[in-house]
Order: sequence, then structure tokens, then C-alpha cells
Amino acid sequence: MKVVGQPLPHEGARGHVTGEALYADDLCGRFPGLLHAWPVLAPHAHARVTRLDAAPALEEPGVVTTLTAGDAPGEANTGPNRHDEPLFPDEVMFHQQPVAWVLGETLDAARRGAARVAAEYEPLPAVLDIEQALAAGSYLTAPLRLADGDVSVLESSALRFEGELRIGGQEHFYLETQAALAWRDEAGYIAVYSSTQHPSETQEIVARVLGLPRHAVTVECPRMGGAFGGKEVQANASAAVAALGAWKTGRPVRVRLTRAIDMAITGKRHPFLVRYAAGFNADATLRALRAELYSDGGWSLDLSEPIMWRALFHVDNAYRLPAVEVVGRVCRTHKTSQTAFRGFGGPQGMLLIEEVMAQAAQRLALPADVVRSRNLYREGQATHYGERVDDAERMGTIWSQLKSSSAFEARRAEIAAANARSAHVKRGIAITPVKFGISFTAQFYNQAAAYVLVYRDGTVQVNHGGTEMGQGLFTKIQQIAADTLGVALARVRVMSTRTDKVPNTSATAASSGSDLNGAAVADACRQIRSRLAAVAAGMPDGEWREFAAVCEAAYRQRVPLSASGFYRTPDIHFDPRTGRGRPFHYYAFGAAVSEVEVDGFTGAYRLLRTDILEDVGDSLSPVVDRGQIEGGFIQGVGWLTIEELLWDEAGRLATAGASTYKLPSWSELPPVFNVSLLERAAMPHVIMGSKAVGEPPLMLAISVREALREVVAAFGSGVVTFDSPATPERIFFAVQRVRALRPALT
Amino acid sequence: MTKVTLNVNGETRTASVPPEMTLLRLLREEFGLTGAKLGCDVGDCGACTVIVDGKTVNSCLMLAPQADGRDVLTVEGLATMERLHPIQKAFEEKGSLQCGFCGPGVIMSAKALLDENPDPSVLEIRDALAGNLCRCTGYSKMIEAIQDVARGDNRQPVGESA
Repeated sequence: MKVVGQPLPHEGARGHVTGEALYADDLCGRFPGLLHAWPVLAPHAHARVTRLDAAPALEEPGVVTTLTAGDAPGEANTGPNRHDEPLFPDEVMFHQQPVAWVLGETLDAARRGAARVAAEYEPLPAVLDIEQALAAGSYLTAPLRLADGDVSVLESSALRFEGELRIGGQEHFYLETQAALAWRDEAGYIAVYSSTQHPSETQEIVARVLGLPRHAVTVECPRMGGAFGGKEVQANASAAVAALGAWKTGRPVRVRLTRAIDMAITGKRHPFLVRYAAGFNADATLRALRAELYSDGGWSLDLSEPIMWRALFHVDNAYRLPAVEVVGRVCRTHKTSQTAFRGFGGPQGMLLIEEVMAQAAQRLALPADVVRSRNLYREGQATHYGERVDDAERMGTIWSQLKSSSAFEARRAEIAAANARSAHVKRGIAITPVKFGISFTAQFYNQAAAYVLVYRDGTVQVNHGGTEMGQGLFTKIQQIAADTLGVALARVRVMSTRTDKVPNTSATAASSGSDLNGAAVADACRQIRSRLAAVAAGMPDGEWREFAAVCEAAYRQRVPLSASGFYRTPDIHFDPRTGRGRPFHYYAFGAAVSEVEVDGFTGAYRLLRTDILEDVGDSLSPVVDRGQIEGGFIQGVGWLTIEELLWDEAGRLATAGASTYKLPSWSELPPVFNVSLLERAAMPHVIMGSKAVGEPPLMLAISVREALREVVAAFGSGVVTFDSPATPERIFFAVQRVRALRPALT
Repeated sequence: MTKVTLNVNGETRTASVPPEMTLLRLLREEFGLTGAKLGCDVGDCGACTVIVDGKTVNSCLMLAPQADGRDVLTVEGLATMERLHPIQKAFEEKGSLQCGFCGPGVIMSAKALLDENPDPSVLEIRDALAGNLCRCTGYSKMIEAIQDVARGDNRQPVGESA
């Protein structure tokens, strides 16, 4: 029986519920003589290090050594592309940047030692937000630009407006903080357990810091306790410190950031400042859009450039933009290096166009869903970078099915009537679409390899380049391998991700894990399957039905029982100079309807109900996919409503713990939460007809922001706008503004 | 150093530890019980939840010597790989967890709730588990699993079925 498409539990679920599942930091007990690392943290957002004397740390009992500039035999720099992240900086670039590390027999000893390192600083002026960066001309990139059509028609549009939108960042808050454990292996080289989404890059950075060739470094990711993009690049520094410590001392070294340090020193979702001008025709179709997008990239480049590209690619969300000019630029500030986070710039781009759609509706006195639906892509239309939107009709299907299944019109009428009777507590409902491009925008990342081993007893080990962070990739891989080989699920074991099994892998990111690795695994399995079919054809009737018997026969006939598979995404290309191309293999579609209730006295709100319809193609694994949709949506609700990062005037993160940074908890879950998958949605040319699901659902949460806007509007009159996140405080003041504009009661 | 003797998962264990060592570190580093996780170290996230004398405790906030003479139940004491506790079985079948890191803590909180209140409402479940953060799932499949167990759909311990 086929297992692809079956609602199976997560491949790791048994280990998760029993506590037997091991994460990097759970392996410490296997390493006698383990050393613990603690960083020396700079107390300034920007400063020159004028003196660093680590010697006093060595007087502390239990301190074994320190790691400072000069200890690295290679290049002490962990910046992936631009080599712009010195491990031991002489110029501090953000508050609490590590300037040195102390290794101790215990964590407490290392911590006490770090406190004794004598460091002196000369504070320098700091650039702490986007406005300051613009004033100072502080950038990490040149302007990136996408343009299409004649945007000058904006000025002559029937409706024309402009504005500014500030979009807050987001802390990943993976439950497992950054973790690495390194030791010298039997050959004297380096091995690392790392909680990393990108083992091959972690290997590259460790090799760089140690001055070793890559074959001297083995990185293994057993599994991650959440990542969400926050361990794509940001895992490298912890791994490099652990490896350098192990290299210097010959002893195993553990790096496990505390929550407070993790939040203080690792990058987050980029805050954005967007300035826009939009023109609409009288029929509410968009005529032209012009926008400048500035992101707060923090101190180093990280992935900020492709993240800005993805923001620019997604300023259309699901809408046809006939004339557009968008320019994006990454600002350099003295903050953590902002990084990948589920959606990778796409959410910020989409928030811009949804703001524009909502304002157009208010200014034209039309329902927002009418304006949105009039602008949805139609079959045959192309994006502002020239990619035809295949299957555009799916968006229309989703839109109408969801409106109907959620009883959108009836509920809106009921809400309007109820609001008229209730002066201080009102409700609102909104529907928003998501179209999300699937593929890495860097073309070379869109490849994957796998190595499948079949043993004589008919059991199977599958190695591939993807990492498991909870998203269910290993579950899908196990299902794909079982069906392609034609064996029971229990025969297939998915191995932990290791650079010595599959080399030169891509990050598990961009929602592409199962598309890429699944296709590579299927390729390997098909090769083995066809070899086994030839063997089986020569076997007596009845015997060939036994997979194990065929494997044994193949072995005796000297037929190889292992194969490597490979996949490269076809037909994708993009030219950043012209801003034209086909960067995405396909688009994922979905839509959500959300209803909220706001207390006008306080701005406090509750999410009452959400209905989601998501296109995941033919679902590989419905339990996994529904989990991704629910979890992604709630994470998006957090980003857009309650999660607010605050830095003080000295550049210190004021929200460096779950006590001050409000994460979605049990009470944020809507009491009614209906998630459906689009039916008859097979996607040709993608593994087993499926579609990617990791990131797109996050942006369904825009429906909550838009429902809040509807409620605020119900409290008064005038155009409603507020920055993101829409905290209760922001909603309170937005209500105050529209109430001030309300015609006087007579 | 302080000598602590406590009952962990039905077994008497003894260790000599620095007085400032937390119960979490005692369990993980001295006893090798790595089910309870270090998530925030300050009692915000609940990943380290264990049951001490029948009550849930953030083991990152309790000192090991404070557990002296007490009964401690960790996720490892609920079941073996072969025989799951009904809550574990329900969490597995419902797809309640994704990365799994919060799971041991959530499951211990759920057990303490059901021991005290075998038929909790959704609001009571939310209230009892408010101290356990999850970043992956959105919580809904956890609530469904706990309700299943409460309704008795999954009440008896179940052996290996897969």
C-alpha cells in the first residue's frame, strides 16, 4: 500500500514523546572531559576594542584556556559570503557582540573566567535604526531594483495616495538555542554536532577558521529543536567556536547559548521601512505602484541581499501590477545581523501591497475583499519580473471556495449589525490571499543529492542533504523512499544529516526541503528499483514478491544495492541587472479568513476564528502539512500582532527573554480554527505532485492584521493605518485617531 | 558540595553536587536524563517541566538540594520506547509535536493536569499549560490530544502497533 499521502505521524514522534530523541546538547554525556564555552560580551553597540587581556581568566579555578585573535590557525571570520564577521573583532559592531571566549571544566568556571577578562573600549557613535542609517548613508548593499510598465501613469490615476509603513522584525525563539559540540576525531581532524540548517556551510566555515581542507571537517546535524531560518547562517559561529576550542585543547567543547545571550547576539527577521505611492483606476484595479523598501540588516551582510530580493519579488503578493518600480536597499546598523526567517523577505513585501489594497478600499469606499479580488492575477498574466503566473486560476478557486466555506458574506453582515449595537466592543473580518514563489532565488542552491543504501535483508538507509527541524522533512523522505522502492515504511530508516554522506548540500530553507531532497531520494530509489526489477525478472514466481529475497539475490549476482540520486530544479533563471527572469519553479497559493474582536477602551483584541484553504498540491503527508499550516499561521500572527522587538537608545535589546518578548501562547490560538487543503491540486513536475508548505502559511496571518483594520475602521471614520506589529497599544491609538475623526453625535 | 538523595522515576538516586546546581542540570548532567530540556533557563518556557511530589515544576528554577527527599517524575519515567503512556500515544498519533523540543515538558504538564482533573475543558487545558511555550505547532493538536485522553479514547497504555 502506498504511504505517500497517508496521514502518518512525524517520523521522530516516538522519540519526541518519550524524550529519547536526541538534540545536539543531549549528546554531551558521551564526551568525557567536555569543556564548556562562555563568551566575553561587549557592553557597547559600537566601539573600538582598545585593550583585551584574557590572562586574568586563567587564574580562575576550572578555566582551561581562552580563545582570542591569534588562536585561529585559519581565517577567524564566519561571514559566509563577504567574510565580514570577525570571530574576535577589534571593532565592536553591536551590543553584546562576543569579543573573546573562555573555556572551562564547567559552565560556571567559564562564566566566571569570562567576567575576569580585562577588556577596554572606546565607544563610537552608533547607527541604531533605519532612519539613522538613511541619514548617515549607512548601507550594506547597493539599491536593488525591479521595474515593469510605465509607472509615470501613477500621477494621472483616478485615485492616488502615498504613505509610509514600519514593519517590525521577529525573534526566532526556536525552543532549542544555538548549540554545537566539537571534538577531534580518530584521525585528529574535527567533527561537529551542530544544530544547523546548513551543515555544508557550517563545515565550510569551520574549515575556514581552522585553516583545514573541507574533507578534514565532518558536520552532523542530529535534529533541531526548531530553526525557522535562524540556524541557516547563525549556527556557524557557535560551531566555529566549539571547533576552534577543540582544535586548540584537544578536548571536546560544547557551545550552548543561554536564551538571553542567544536573543542578544543572533540575527532576527529584518525590520523594514517602506515608502510607497500607489495609483488606482476608478474600477479599483491597481494602475501603478512605486515604493522604496529599506531593511535593517544589522552589522553584517548575512543573507540580507537575497532577503531583499524576495521582498521585491513579493510586493505583488497575488495581484497583477501593471506598472511598478520598487527599489530595495539594506541598511547597515549597529545591531545583530538580521537573517533568514520563514518567508525570507516575502512577508514584508506582501505587507506593503496589502496595506495599499486596504487603503484603496477605504478611499474608494469599497469592501476590501472586492478590491483584493479585482486585482488577483488572471490566467496568462505575468509578474513584475516577467514570470508567467501558472495556475493563476487556483487563486480564484481558493478565494471563492474559502469565502463560501467560511460564510464570509453572512458573517460580515452579522458583524456590521452587531457593531452598530455595540459602542465599545466591535468585531471585524477579513480575507487575504498568499502567492509565494518556490525556489531559492540563488539558482545554484536549487540542487540536491542523496545516497540510498539497501541491505541484503531488505532494509534501507536513506541519506540526503536536508535537515530535520520539526517541519516533517524526514517523514516525507521516508514515505517517498518506501513508495519508490516498493517497501513497507518500517524498512526505511532516514539517517541524520552528515557532510560525510552527502557533500555540498544546500541549506534546508526556502520551503524547498522536500521538493529538492525528495526528488534526489526518489532518483536514487528508482535506480535501485530498476536494478532489482531485472533481478526479480529472473527469479521463480512467488519468490520475487519478497523484497528481502530479491535483495539477497541481487547481492549474490553482484548487482549494486546502493545508489546516489541527484536533482536540479529545471527552467529557473533570473538576471538581477535587468530584473527579469523566471526565478521560481512554481507558486504556492492559499488564503485565510480571520475574525477578531477589539475592546475600544484598551485596544485589547481576541482572534475569534480563522479559516484557511491552502494549496499543497497532492499532500505528501497531510498530518505534517496541516501542522505546518497551523504553526506557520500562528507564528505569523505573533509577528504581526504581539511580538515586538525593542531596542533602547544605547542599542541594547530591551526584549531579551520570553518575559518581555510576547510569544504566541495557548491563549492566542483562535477557538475556531478550520484548516483545509485544496482538493484535486496535483502539481506536475514536483515530487509526487506535491507543493511546498513550509513558509507560505506564515503570510496567511495578514488576514488578522486586516481584520484588525476593519474593526478599527468600525470605531470611526477616516483612513486606518498602523505600523506592524499591531500591538494592543497600536490598536488603541488607531481607535483613538478614527474616533477623533468621527462625526459628532447629534 | 551537597549530597542529595531523591527518588527519580521510581528509583533512589544520589549525587554530590554544588549547592547552586539546578534540578534540571542534576537530571541531565549527573543522571543522564536528557528528556527535560533547557529552553530559557529562567522559567519562561516550560521545556524543563518535571513533576515533583505530584506538582509540575520548572526544573531550571528548582535547586537540586531542594529536591532532596522528594519524588521526581520525568518524561523518561512515563514509558519506555515499547509501551507508551496514553498521553504520549495521543501526542504521537495526533501529530501534536513538530520539532519535539517542548514535548517532554508539555507532556508532563498535561499529565499533572489529567491526574488532578481527568476531564478538563479547553479553557482549563489552556490555563494549565500556559507555562509551556511551543514555537512550531500553534498548540491546537496538543489540545486535541489531551482532550482525546480525557475522553478515554486513549486511556489504556498501548503497546507497539506500527
